[in-house]
Parts: sequence; C-alpha cells; structure tokens
Amino acid sequence: MKCSEFLNELTNYLDGALDDRTKSELEDHLAWCHNCYVVCDTTRKTIEIYRNSELYELPDDLRGRLRSAIMSKCSQQKKPGPQGV
Amino acid sequence: MSAIQPNVREPVSDELALVRAAKGGDDKAFEELVRRYDRNVFRIAQHITQNREDAEDVVQDAFLKAYGNLAQFQEQSKFYTWLVRIAVNEALMKLRRRRPERMVSLDEDVKTEDDSLPREVADWSPNPEQMYKQAELREILTRTIQGLPAGFRTVFVLRDVEGLSTEETAQALELSIPAVKSRLLRARLQLRERLSRYFQKRASGDGNQ
Repeated sequence: MKCSEFLNELTNYLDGALDDRTKSELEDHLAWCHNCYVVCDTTRKTIEIYRNSELYELPDDLRGRLRSAIMSKCSQQKKPGPQGV
Repeated sequence: MSAIQPNVREPVSDELALVRAAKGGDDKAFEELVRRYDRNVFRIAQHITQNREDAEDVVQDAFLKAYGNLAQFQEQSKFYTWLVRIAVNEALMKLRRRRPERMVSLDEDVKTEDDSLPREVADWSPNPEQMYKQAELREILTRTIQGLPAGFRTVFVLRDVEGLSTEETAQALELSIPAVKSRLLRARLQLRERLSRYFQKRASGDGNQ
C-alpha cells in the first residue's frame, strides 16, 4: 500500500468503517511508515481536541432568553391575524 | 490504533412522540425539542457564521421555521437532522449577507488540486492541550477552524463535533455521501496540518522548525 492510498482511507479507518482486510492492510502500512503513523495519530488528536473543546457553548442566561423569545413567537404564529385571517 | 469513538447522543426514542405532540399543537412538547437541541444549533450556527449575534438569530429563526413547517416534516429522517438542515441554511444565508463580496456556498473552494497533502509530519507533544493556557488554546482552535472554507468547516462540525453520521450529514447538507467523506478527509487533514504548527514536539532550545 502506498502512502496516498493510506491517506484516501484515513477517514474510513478513523471512523471504524473498513472491512477487516483493508483495515489490516492499513495497519501493516502503519507499522513501517512512520510519517503515515504520525499523520494518523495527529489527525485523531485533532478530532478529539475539537470534540472536547466546547468552543461555542450557549450560556444559561442567553439560552433562557432565546427559548422564551422562540416560544412567545411560536404562540403568536398560532394566533389568527388582526383581521382574523 | 483503534477507531475513534462516536459522540454519544441522547436516545431519540421519545423524539418522535414529542414531534407528533408538537404537530398536534402541544407547545410544551415543542419547547422540549428546543431545550434538547438549542445548544447544538447554536454551536453549528456559530461555527458557520463565525458571529455570535448571527448565531443567536439563527437559533431563533431555525426553531421558528421548524415550528411553522412541522406539518411538512415527513418523519423519514430524525427531527434533529431536519432541524440541522434548516439551521445550516439559515446560517449560510447570514454568512452570505455579511460577506456579499464572496459567494458562500457549501461547494466553495472545492478544488481539484490537492491542498490537503500532509507537510508537517512531526509528532505532537504527548499532551498538546497542556502546552497552552485554556484561553490560548481556545483562541488557537477557534482561529484554526475559522480558517477552513465554509464547506469543509460545516462538514467537520456536523460529523466530528456534533457527532452526526455520514448519512445524516449528507441529508442535512444535501450532499452525496462521497462528497461528505471527501470534504471530511480534507477538513481533518487541513486542521491537523495547521494545529501541528502549535502542537508538535519542539527540539530543545529551538523554537523554529
């Protein structure tokens, strides 16, 4: 397996979406190709860092305000218009 | 190496019951759906628009649109996937309004040339998160993901941050599964490349590469 073939399968490999045979070919490649090993390992770390980062959390007070605004606009949508249409 | 573990989400077994109750006019049920997904919609919206006020607007607009169109929701996908699709469209509209000089679409910057080939192949420190203070780390992560084209950023956020499956991401973005996979690979590799500049092991006494 060439490095370019490894890269093409990297996402499927990290997502556990490969059949056993392809997976074992990839792991053979990883065993001797240090560059691909590093790329694979640091890509996994990239995903984990973002997954755990909580970059844009919704603060509780804003969350409450948004929900009230949404629900009040929803109930307005339900009411008939001023002319009853 | 083992496969990364998918994000665990709340069971959706009662989601359909809530959706049906909301369709029948039960606003408390709809409010429960808002409660369940508002944080996700906010994160997705802020990642796409890169602007907090826009993200707040997107949360409101997306839920209101979902509420107004509940009768059209066919229940062939999860409610959450349908909601994400609405939210992504609202967020892209905001982004286009803010950056009229650039055509923003999910297809932008999908070049045929390979801009994702790894160049930085030095290993990272064992605990890259501990190399920086928390605020610095957030700044690095924010700046790095903001540098990705919107099409890649959105796929990465839905798949890897929010934990949607490839199929759900394809449905939410109206993309083919191969398109989602190809963008995800390139997004992951580009983020990895950029983060490597911050996180790779440094030779002692030499801050340069």
